Amino acid sequence: MSILGTRVLRVEDPKFLTVGGTYTADLPLDGVVYVTYVRSPVAHARITSLDTSAAADAPGVIGVYTGADVDLAPLVGVMGMAPPAMARPLLARDVVRFVGEPIAAIVAEDRAQGEDAAEQVVVEYDLLDPVIDAPAAAAGGALLFPDHGSNVAISIAAMGGSTEPDPNLFDGCEVLVRQAIVNRRVAPCPLEVRSAAARWEADGRLTFWVSTQTPHGARNKVAEVFGLAPELVHVITPDVGGGFGAKVGGYPEELLVVWLARQTGRPVSWTETRSESMVGLGHGRAQHQVAELGGTRDGRIEAYRLVITQEAGAYPDMGSFLPFLTRSMLPGVYDIARQECIWTSVVTNTTPVVAYRGAGRPEAAAAIERMVDVFADEIGVDPTEVRRRNLIGNDRFPFTTPVGSTYDIGDYTTALDKALEAAGYAELRAEQSRRRAGGDRVAMGIGVSVYVEVTGAAGPTEFGAVEIRPDGSAVVRTGTSPHGQGHATAWAMIVSEQTGIPLDRITVVHGDTDLVPRGQGTMGSTSLQHGGVAVLEASQSVVEQARELAANLLEASVEDIVLDTGAGRLHVAGTPTAGRTWAELAEAAQSRGGLAAESDMTSQGNTYPFGAHVVVVDVDTETGKVVVQRVVAVDDAGRILNPLLVEGQIHGGLAQGIAQAVLEEVRYDPDGNPLTANLADYTFVSAAELPSFETVAMETPTPLNALGAKGIGESGSIGSTPAVQNAVVDALSHLGVRHIDMPTTPERVWAAIREARP
Amino acid sequence: MKVTITINGQDESHDVEPRQLLVHFIRDTVGLTGTNIGCDTSSCGACTILLDGESVKSCTVLAVQADGASLTTIEGLAAADGTLHPVQRAFHENHGLQCGYCTPGMVMAAVSLIQEQPGLTERGVREGLEGNLCRCTGYHNIVKAVLAAAAEVGA
Amino acid sequence: MIPAAFDYVRAGSAEEAVSLLGEHGDDAKLLAGGHSLLPLMKLRLAAPAVLVDLGRVRDLSYVRDDGSQVAIGALTRHVDVQRSELLRSEVPLLPYVAGLVGDPQVRHRGTIGGSLAHGDPASDLPAAILALDGTLVAQGPSGSRTIAAGDFFVGFLETALGPDEVLTEIRVPKMGGAGWSYQKFNRRAQDWAIVGVAAVGAPAGGGIALVNMASTPVRARAVEQAVAGGAAPAAAAGAAADGLDPPSDLNASTEFRRHLATVLTRRALEEVAAGRP
Repeated sequence: MSILGTRVLRVEDPKFLTVGGTYTADLPLDGVVYVTYVRSPVAHARITSLDTSAAADAPGVIGVYTGADVDLAPLVGVMGMAPPAMARPLLARDVVRFVGEPIAAIVAEDRAQGEDAAEQVVVEYDLLDPVIDAPAAAAGGALLFPDHGSNVAISIAAMGGSTEPDPNLFDGCEVLVRQAIVNRRVAPCPLEVRSAAARWEADGRLTFWVSTQTPHGARNKVAEVFGLAPELVHVITPDVGGGFGAKVGGYPEELLVVWLARQTGRPVSWTETRSESMVGLGHGRAQHQVAELGGTRDGRIEAYRLVITQEAGAYPDMGSFLPFLTRSMLPGVYDIARQECIWTSVVTNTTPVVAYRGAGRPEAAAAIERMVDVFADEIGVDPTEVRRRNLIGNDRFPFTTPVGSTYDIGDYTTALDKALEAAGYAELRAEQSRRRAGGDRVAMGIGVSVYVEVTGAAGPTEFGAVEIRPDGSAVVRTGTSPHGQGHATAWAMIVSEQTGIPLDRITVVHGDTDLVPRGQGTMGSTSLQHGGVAVLEASQSVVEQARELAANLLEASVEDIVLDTGAGRLHVAGTPTAGRTWAELAEAAQSRGGLAAESDMTSQGNTYPFGAHVVVVDVDTETGKVVVQRVVAVDDAGRILNPLLVEGQIHGGLAQGIAQAVLEEVRYDPDGNPLTANLADYTFVSAAELPSFETVAMETPTPLNALGAKGIGESGSIGSTPAVQNAVVDALSHLGVRHIDMPTTPERVWAAIREARP
Repeated sequence: MKVTITINGQDESHDVEPRQLLVHFIRDTVGLTGTNIGCDTSSCGACTILLDGESVKSCTVLAVQADGASLTTIEGLAAADGTLHPVQRAFHENHGLQCGYCTPGMVMAAVSLIQEQPGLTERGVREGLEGNLCRCTGYHNIVKAVLAAAAEVGA
Repeated sequence: MIPAAFDYVRAGSAEEAVSLLGEHGDDAKLLAGGHSLLPLMKLRLAAPAVLVDLGRVRDLSYVRDDGSQVAIGALTRHVDVQRSELLRSEVPLLPYVAGLVGDPQVRHRGTIGGSLAHGDPASDLPAAILALDGTLVAQGPSGSRTIAAGDFFVGFLETALGPDEVLTEIRVPKMGGAGWSYQKFNRRAQDWAIVGVAAVGAPAGGGIALVNMASTPVRARAVEQAVAGGAAPAAAAGAAADGLDPPSDLNASTEFRRHLATVLTRRALEEVAAGRP
């Protein structure tokens, strides 16, 4: 009986439950000193004077550094594709461009002294007009980078696309609906904030500890910035308390830790406060959309256009490129003949936008799913029926969409059927009718979404290695970088499945660039289909080596060697006594380099997980408060390796997706002052605002890899947001409400009701 | 100022600045880094420990206020022979943790909640954990774990 | 994250605290549970030079039957107010409201005296005490005095307590079985009230107090009069925001607060009228 597909409890857990993880801030470093960053309190200004003399004299302070001291080139974002004029200095030089931008670094013997000294830095600013409204910034107004001549950081034009809409796109459409949609800025809020430490060693190497999702990416970045050969940089990723996309790519504050360690000759450690993280860690989403959808009166969707203005924040980062992914998933699960997506990323005096769970795909799903409901409302057809009439049929796969994505395999109709059945859709509609007839002031809403998303796009390869030790244990090295996903358990399951070595004799090594030569890290729901496959391939290779070695030792032919996974030994077919254990084979292999194999697997293409979510909400029509009552989620990411881990990923995604729909938003005032810059003001969802989830498993294996696996990590946050938003609108549709932007705060709901029935 | 605080049965006597937060005393002075810091507005609960048997946010207590008190942190929850507390075991069996950062605080809050509220329902657990934030799990399995532990403890 | 440095002294009694406050003047702040003050100090929004810790004054934590009223020591923690059998039977509004303050961890440390003395109009307990027509007892250099709840909350984070006075006791009249209600509207369970309404029925004085509708908790006098005059909940509640200019902030506009006040007041009155099981 295979271990794959079974609910194996996590091998990672005992440590976390008894002594806690070891996160970057927990590391004991001899002689370490601490950095405190001084940050701009204004959104857009010229620094006219910066006096650090009092801070430099404060107790315990070793040094104070400003932009003028930093001899490192500004960073050009978006993998070098951003305009050079919009490069980000590591410490602001003459101009600050967002509240929270670091302007000085104080190194002190302890953190309290650093905080005290930070208060002594005196800065004078000449305020400049802040640019907060992205659509306005796209059109003109004050410029963040006068040398660049506009606030546009990047657009579809950079990818060879047109920014001019096709005037004939909707020709012949009987019905045309249009909606402005805001996919609001949110804060990723991993429970562990950013943290990094650096120490230059006597031999000229650098040891860099950092809370990141990409240790090898961090190594390459540090090597590049400091002009070092990568082998000289040793990156160690201790336990990481969540990333969600925001801890990919490297921040100026982290690179400065390395620089400060060099300046001071001491090991330097930095851990931000949450308030700093709320403005310094990248934000997510932040797309302004105008969607138009055209079709027939009986529900066939014929044409769809989405125009996106992406907020890049003050310095273009990964977020400014995400509309590329939004466009790639434009039509979702629907077969739409004519499609168009035009996108522009615009800088504003706000925190830079980065990837956040879903990274461009939630924005696509939220838009198309909203528009399908708007279209359904317009033509008076049940929204589930409209969906059915337009789903890409099962016989169409692999299906290449007009925007150029080739969906590997899907079964959208079954996903929708399962979700509706699990939810009891007909009964829900009946209950809704009863409550409406009874004039219930608490309105019930039912929202549906059918989604597809793209995974595996984080890179074309991943590294995996398996070695059998002479004691019969196995060591796995992986280029992935788990921070809660359970790879130590999952990869051990794969190796155990292949070799018969028990789980408790398998160790998984990750997050250390000296121990693992290369890797993509963990993001974009790619680890299992790449990293897991690499481990699988390495295991299979080791088994092959073992069979050859056994054949040699047992003087048999390789074809006659059998691996008995139950017993953990290889033997001659028919003669179980003529065999060797893994330990014996590994021992015997010592003289010829060991019993080990590596794989740098090659991806056969992106995979497309899909699903359907049904959400039931109650909306208090007097106060506008939304309570999420039921969440039914069908998510199909191919073959399930460990249902426990898959469910956990779905739950986490659901919570974040629901939170975006009803609770969370980052807000700025018109002067660019952040209003939600701590966890009391930013309404991070708690257990009290959520129900338990009803998840329904579905497995449609992908043909694109040997595990049949796609990525599950982001599905929950992609399907749930539109289902919740649609549910809230549905609750109020009988009052004439057609659209409410998220998050559906009580005041937004109240305002929508008032507008609909003045 | 000199304080003596008992942590997991061990007396810890140290000279502290009045402004030192209890969480920093636990982590930096005593070296027990299992308890984590997740925010600066007393919102997230990652720093939750038991102070004289009751859950408190150690980031919102000064070490000097805890002078003479007895604390239990995650490191002291399991029995001396390593037997896990029912809450620890339930979190493991129900996959109630992913990245682990909120976990020590969540576990200590759950221990206190179960002790104080017999007959916990799902609603009671969700409201009882309103002061403990988690970004990874979506709370679903945490709630399951706490209810399972409560049932086992017979509460 | 780390407060500015300060000197720390412990008071063994209310008298000693008064004397220490007198000695240090404006530089000193009282510390009880610390869950109003320490969060401000950690963000360096407050930086007192001296903290006078009342935390060890054991004899200020009690709930006592005082005939027609119940006397509560200022250092009684929210969790102890919540659990008090005496309050549950005689002043049930109060333990209910105490159980909604913050979260369980906060309730294990925060005190009723600390919450009232902090004077935040968005806090729950000030409105409850106001609706109940409670009395606050303050100890100063020249002895003890009583302050009616209606005179206690003077401005935003400002009470009638003098700089060298310590709140020692809160007295609340027994409710005599009157109906009561506390409506707390927020988006997350751990949040402050966006708007709140505390109401007690006629036998307990008919007081209705609003949370987060002004710079202090306020009585909704027009509503009280309408109810006393026989108006039904919906009609009476329409006057909830009369004469008030509620704040506009992250969580609600002025207009939305006005609307919430009328809705929540109506619901509170309905609950008061329905009585308690």
